[in-house]
Amino acid sequence: MKLLGNNITTRFWSIWVRNWIVYLRTWKINFLPPILEPILYIAAFGVGFRLLVPAVQFHGKDMSYVQFIAPALIAVSIMNSSFFETTYSSFVRMYYQKTFDAIMAAPVSVQEVITGEIVWGTARSVMTAAVMLVVLSFFGLVPWPEAFWLLPAAVLGGFAFSAIGMMFTGLIPNIELFNLPVFLFITPMFLFGGTFFPMDGMPSWAKIVAGTMPLTHIVNLCREICCGSVISRDAVVAVSYLAVFSAVFYPLALFTMRKRLIK
Amino acid sequence: MDNGFIIETENLRKVYGETTAVDGISFQVRRGELFGILGPNGAGKTTTIRMLYGFSPMTAGMLKVFGKDITTDWRAIRARMGICHQDNNLDPDLTLMENLLVFSRYFGLPQKAAAGRAEKLLKFIGLETRTDSKPPSLSGGMMRRLILARALINEPELIILDEPTTGLDPQSRHLVWERLGELKKQGITILLTTHYMEEAARLCDRLIIIDNGKIIAEGKPSELVKKHVGHEVIESSPASSELIEFVKQRGFEHEVFGDHILIYRREEDEPLFQEISHKYCQGNCTLRTATLEDVFLRLTGRQLRE
Repeated sequence: MKLLGNNITTRFWSIWVRNWIVYLRTWKINFLPPILEPILYIAAFGVGFRLLVPAVQFHGKDMSYVQFIAPALIAVSIMNSSFFETTYSSFVRMYYQKTFDAIMAAPVSVQEVITGEIVWGTARSVMTAAVMLVVLSFFGLVPWPEAFWLLPAAVLGGFAFSAIGMMFTGLIPNIELFNLPVFLFITPMFLFGGTFFPMDGMPSWAKIVAGTMPLTHIVNLCREICCGSVISRDAVVAVSYLAVFSAVFYPLALFTMRKRLIK
Repeated sequence: MDNGFIIETENLRKVYGETTAVDGISFQVRRGELFGILGPNGAGKTTTIRMLYGFSPMTAGMLKVFGKDITTDWRAIRARMGICHQDNNLDPDLTLMENLLVFSRYFGLPQKAAAGRAEKLLKFIGLETRTDSKPPSLSGGMMRRLILARALINEPELIILDEPTTGLDPQSRHLVWERLGELKKQGITILLTTHYMEEAARLCDRLIIIDNGKIIAEGKPSELVKKHVGHEVIESSPASSELIEFVKQRGFEHEVFGDHILIYRREEDEPLFQEISHKYCQGNCTLRTATLEDVFLRLTGRQLRE
């Protein structure tokens, strides 16, 4: 089935399935981080931080600090799962294992390989979000059934970060240099993307800066969902932002990777 | 439509920025043939192969496989061919069986049929007892055989092998040769690159020698030897200046490098060796049959290519 011209058909699923089969071999290790991470954060911020920050005001509502950061933890995991998948992991497949070269001996286009990788990165985000959802539910930190909407949110955010990660893979000369986008792009978002403190009281320039970051919008989306307001102004803005972000970076990822692989 | 040619190229060119990797080569491969591309490192062998399966877009020229245009019909063409790359690009995390099955998905093959085929192929390459091993535990020869099996998963009519025996021990090499022979018997067309002349002479029905992106010789191995070298080679080391003088005077084809001389003897110069060994050599003269390696070195020179 043709999707986008002759070069992208549903054949890209075979790449997705390849990654899934490899993932299943190590699923026990793969499932540990999304289980442990929220528990560690909740332990640190719930037990250790509680005395410093007894309550947070968000959208005029009082909530515990742990309640405030729980949706952000999911958002950060959505970002990390897909971004690290299409940067480090894809780079290993492309460069060290030469998996993409092998695949392209079969009737599969470079665009299909890259699409398969990006959709796989997206799936990683969704799986991580799902595991975290279960863990956070045990602590009563996510409301049901609204929390279900976090999964489509993970699709949206996962695709966006998968695509931009893949673009970096297309551009970066060697694997050590991924430190640059991690340090200059991922870490600042992790700290300033509205994850650990509410943006409500921040100066307007800080709000504008945060508003340019994709993570901020995933955090907003997750937080709105966890506050029970699935359709709100912030959520609509977040969905639109992430859709446009993906529409820009998915073609860029295809372009840079094609340029890198096809000589 | 079927003119008996599996591959047809005309004036195939590939230019990377300033360098011309393939500089207008034309050749045809017939159905059922085992065709060789020989050449020193950097001659353009791998680039040619990459164009043959539609991986590298060609800069200019015409390229048809199975009578179809590679630029528009690459998907249909690749579905009918198998490629063995020079590098090991097996999936290290998957078992041998899974490597074949995952690969069959890229062709959209039904998994049940693929499983049966994979089992047969593992037997064909003698790895049926290692079905559940993973590639990193295999030897170099086993990995190469697995790559060959993987290239056969879609029952191709044409297989292309880029240096299939480089770095293999003699046993493994012979096994690969044997398997290629069997595939040829099944009617599969085979194209390979190599820089082992013994391999080329032994396997190839026809071959081309390329250097600097151009075809410098084409034909059957035995014809090439006859045409470019002759019947036999007289080697002498060290070569005396009298011998060199003698050879020059009589106008024999020869080559001098270091203190070594090679004299190419044509069929009509029957008594030449006796004459030379009596007059000019002190027991350091040998007579041997001319080989493809002589052709290769004569045509591509003796300087190192790295």
